[in-house]
Amino acid sequence: MALDTIDAAAKRGVLAVQEYVVLSARAVSDIFRRPFYRDDIYMQADIIGVGSLPIVILTGFFLGGVLALQSASTLQQFGAAAFTGQLVSFSMIKEIGPVVTALMVSGRNASGMASELGSMMVTEQIDAMRSLGTDPLKKLVMPRIVATVVMLFFLVIISDAVGIAGGGFVSVFLLGQDASQYFHTCYQSLEYPDILQGLVKPIFFGFIIATIGCFYGMKTRGGTQGVGRSTTQAVVWSSILIITTDFMISRFLIGIFGR
Amino acid sequence: MNGGANGATPPQAPGSSAEPVVVFDDVSIAFEQKPVLENISFQVRPGEMRILLGPAGVGKSVLLKMTNGLLRPDSGRIFVFGKEISAMHEQDLFELRGAIGTVFQEGALFDSLNVRDNVGYRLMEEHLPDDEITARATEALRFVELEQTIDRFPSELSGGMRRRVAIARAIVTNPKLILYDSPTGGLDPITSTTIIELVMKQRDVSHTSSLVVTHRIQDAFVLAMHHFNRATNQMEALPPHQTDPNTSFLMLHQGRLVFDGTTKELVHSSDPFIREYIS
Repeated sequence: MALDTIDAAAKRGVLAVQEYVVLSARAVSDIFRRPFYRDDIYMQADIIGVGSLPIVILTGFFLGGVLALQSASTLQQFGAAAFTGQLVSFSMIKEIGPVVTALMVSGRNASGMASELGSMMVTEQIDAMRSLGTDPLKKLVMPRIVATVVMLFFLVIISDAVGIAGGGFVSVFLLGQDASQYFHTCYQSLEYPDILQGLVKPIFFGFIIATIGCFYGMKTRGGTQGVGRSTTQAVVWSSILIITTDFMISRFLIGIFGR
Repeated sequence: MNGGANGATPPQAPGSSAEPVVVFDDVSIAFEQKPVLENISFQVRPGEMRILLGPAGVGKSVLLKMTNGLLRPDSGRIFVFGKEISAMHEQDLFELRGAIGTVFQEGALFDSLNVRDNVGYRLMEEHLPDDEITARATEALRFVELEQTIDRFPSELSGGMRRRVAIARAIVTNPKLILYDSPTGGLDPITSTTIIELVMKQRDVSHTSSLVVTHRIQDAFVLAMHHFNRATNQMEALPPHQTDPNTSFLMLHQGRLVFDGTTKELVHSSDPFIREYIS
């Protein structure tokens, strides 16, 4: 009995992965096939990118601030408080900026995509779209993937900048450090591999957020309860995959560049 | 198999003049290894209305979804306009579906679009000029007598109005085949009559082939025993003992087609299930 349950669960898992890969591959290949839904991409970019700006700025600023606050007290014990800027910029650009921004955007948009597409599924709007001769993967999924990947890239850059500024604000106004020294240490120690690491991650994270959100939305069954379930699963799985992928990308790039 | 037509009719050669619009040839489908429809064979000829009856949950909507390729059969072949859709690639199906109008059970209107954009959706996808889209959407809405709702959103409409907008959306491109999935399901009797009248109007005015799924026997008999009078713009009962020659019936029971024939054959059937169903 227990074996049957494990067997069924394993089959469901494998099937879900297969369906996810097929949906993602088809949606990506739709970028190169006509018709190209440019207006839908702009609309999604506005919803996902511009709509997420306030939460990204707020979280970025306070994360930078708290990083400065926490690290300065530790660094002070070793007489290295002057390196606060370096620690804040390193952490923000390589890890915290991309990961936290992706998690915030995931919470806001993966759930939004899953619930929107899920509602369309249970009310037969997706079937209606197919009946009207429109490919829902091309019309609904592809624009969300393109918009999320592009907009998350820029959101992470903004989050990094605002986080460093937040760290600077705390260092200068609360910890009494020198502003010039803080900003100098921020960028002087940075090298291209660090920037690259920070900019490669949002591309993967954006893809994960959009594909997971759309995947759970498109496989929604069972009315409003099903929509709720899909929304939760989309946020949970996109968050898990973001953190897992973050580790793998970091390990890979550190292996290549040695830092 | 009860009734006049025989279930094992092979599909006619595509391209012939009397080519049926829809052909189901020994079609079966199962979900999670549970058979839903088994060995279904029937045809819909040009200008013909086929009413698909059967108890709730018997697979009527599944059959309809297979007709426009939303579901694929496990075995058997389905031809629409002479093309075997059961073997077509999804991308090619999108093109074919442009010639099929579908009215879903609850209307399935796009809730983020207003009535004009819902009705003109297909035309917008074809990138027609805005003026033409508005004109054609208005014309389709005039057919269902809902011109005044063009700027409203689906959430602002009643259930019956949503169903009528769904019919307008299905006919805006002048399709050669219309699929109605329980168009009167969940509606009050007066609104149901309005919807049935529109379905009849499309049959008798535009002579469009159609497949109508319903479990309401009274709606089915209204369609079979009335015709739409263009002069008076309303439906009228046919003379006693006369039925619409273009309307015939199919009945599903336990996943199988148990009847395929005319109204008279249905009424005079000796099959206990059919007698119980229509009584």
